Amino acid sequence: MRIKPSIVDKIFRIGFNALAFFTVGILVVIISIIFVKGFSHVNLEFIFASPEDMGRHGGIFPSIMGTILLALLSIVFATPLGLGTAIFLTEYTKESAFTKIIRFGVESLAGIPSIIYGLFGFIFFVIQLGMGWSLLSGVLTMTIMILPTIIRTSEEAIKAVPRNLRIVSYSLGATRWETVTKVVLTAATPGILTGIMLSIGRVVGETAAVIFTMGSSLRLPTSLMDSGRTMAVHFYILAREGISMDKAYATALVLVLSITAINILAYYIMNRVVSRYS
Amino acid sequence: MIMDVKIRVEDLKASFGKQQVLKGITIDVYQNVVTGFMGPSGSGKSTLISIFNRMIDFENGFKMSGHVRIDGIDIIEKVNGVELRKRIGTVFAVPIPLPRSIYENIAYGPRLNNINDKDELYEIVKESLKKAYLWDEVKDRLTTSALKLSGGQQQRLCLARTLALRPEIIMLDEPCSGLDPISTAKIEEALSELKKDYTIILVSNNTKQIARISDYSAFFYMGELIEYSPTEALFTNPKIKKTEDYISGKFG
Repeated sequence: MRIKPSIVDKIFRIGFNALAFFTVGILVVIISIIFVKGFSHVNLEFIFASPEDMGRHGGIFPSIMGTILLALLSIVFATPLGLGTAIFLTEYTKESAFTKIIRFGVESLAGIPSIIYGLFGFIFFVIQLGMGWSLLSGVLTMTIMILPTIIRTSEEAIKAVPRNLRIVSYSLGATRWETVTKVVLTAATPGILTGIMLSIGRVVGETAAVIFTMGSSLRLPTSLMDSGRTMAVHFYILAREGISMDKAYATALVLVLSITAINILAYYIMNRVVSRYS
Repeated sequence: MIMDVKIRVEDLKASFGKQQVLKGITIDVYQNVVTGFMGPSGSGKSTLISIFNRMIDFENGFKMSGHVRIDGIDIIEKVNGVELRKRIGTVFAVPIPLPRSIYENIAYGPRLNNINDKDELYEIVKESLKKAYLWDEVKDRLTTSALKLSGGQQQRLCLARTLALRPEIIMLDEPCSGLDPISTAKIEEALSELKKDYTIILVSNNTKQIARISDYSAFFYMGELIEYSPTEALFTNPKIKKTEDYISGKFG
């Protein structure tokens, strides 16, 4: 006997709803656990004080700063480089063997596990170039690591801008550069920002490659040549070496909250841009 | 009356890959009149105007030979496409507003020409919108998105945006193909006013529209210019059978 289409429809609707709830449920469980275990240990002192006794006591201020500096500088380095490559690939060349090679290279880079970037950064920046475990080694390694993400998301965003808009811009007497900056990039901004957000997420969540290159000093980095640790590294070391699970969860909570804050900020900027240009 | 020639085309041949789309076109387009280019699709009329403003340069595998002289200067041999397009405005078949406000759409061209003075820009925007018969409908909401306008309004916005360039030539590629009769009438009204100051080329499949507003009409077929004469003569007394068949609607 055939099942009635309306019943099939109902079954699938319930099924898909269940799947969606399951996904959100996992997220809620993770965040709740971190909240429950970490919340009582988060206070102003935890955020603004330096760690004592390997992180058993005190706060995580240097790790917060380390995270911000690493993420910010990596983005500052990688965005112009990646965006420039994406603009070159989409607007300034025709499809050729050369662009195929570049694209293949970018795809390959995107598939490499982060630990390999860490190892490369350690051998090349830390040892070969004598930068040591430092913010600079970390930033350069992270820059290379997130470059493929930025290039690919920017390229997709730029490609998604309708060809008609370019035609109109050219027909009004714009040069290629004027068309790219005034029409293409403004229309592609939400997509480009998404790539930057994903990249920030990758840098902030990275541990192995950061330990390899930036080290894990508990001191506040005050120059590019100082070692330092990010919140993710701090969390990893606290938990891995059984120093303090309370402080580990508190660190995780701060990390999750700051990522949420960055996302909200990015959406706010994105909406401003979108509403201005649509 | 002796008319000034604005665009002189001599033996213009063009091809995409192996397909020849223009087979030696020779035509004079006169200044300050409306010239209608008509013909069934594939006749080469759109290719011809995209050579005039060198938008053709953005297509792949395109080759051409012959001469196109605008004010006596050959634009086939040596030309700066960007400068050329500042003198030749184009309105496309589909209205394509830029994703920004009504005001910013119109100001886009002038800003490219380094006109940044607020009052001057405002005057250009106002004047252009008035000439395109759109000012009264949008004067209170210049800062809203151009995408919120209706199709007919968007097309008049595109005309206004072109006028803001203060071009010498305006080319319209089937500008009313997607519009309702009222919007079409408004565009046509604007065009008949504009021909005093501009050289206008109107490309259309709509022979009635060509008959209504153009002073000179050209009929293209399969990449060749079949017949070209003052509109009245062409429509009342076509010299070639093919033209007669086309304007009487036997094919098209």
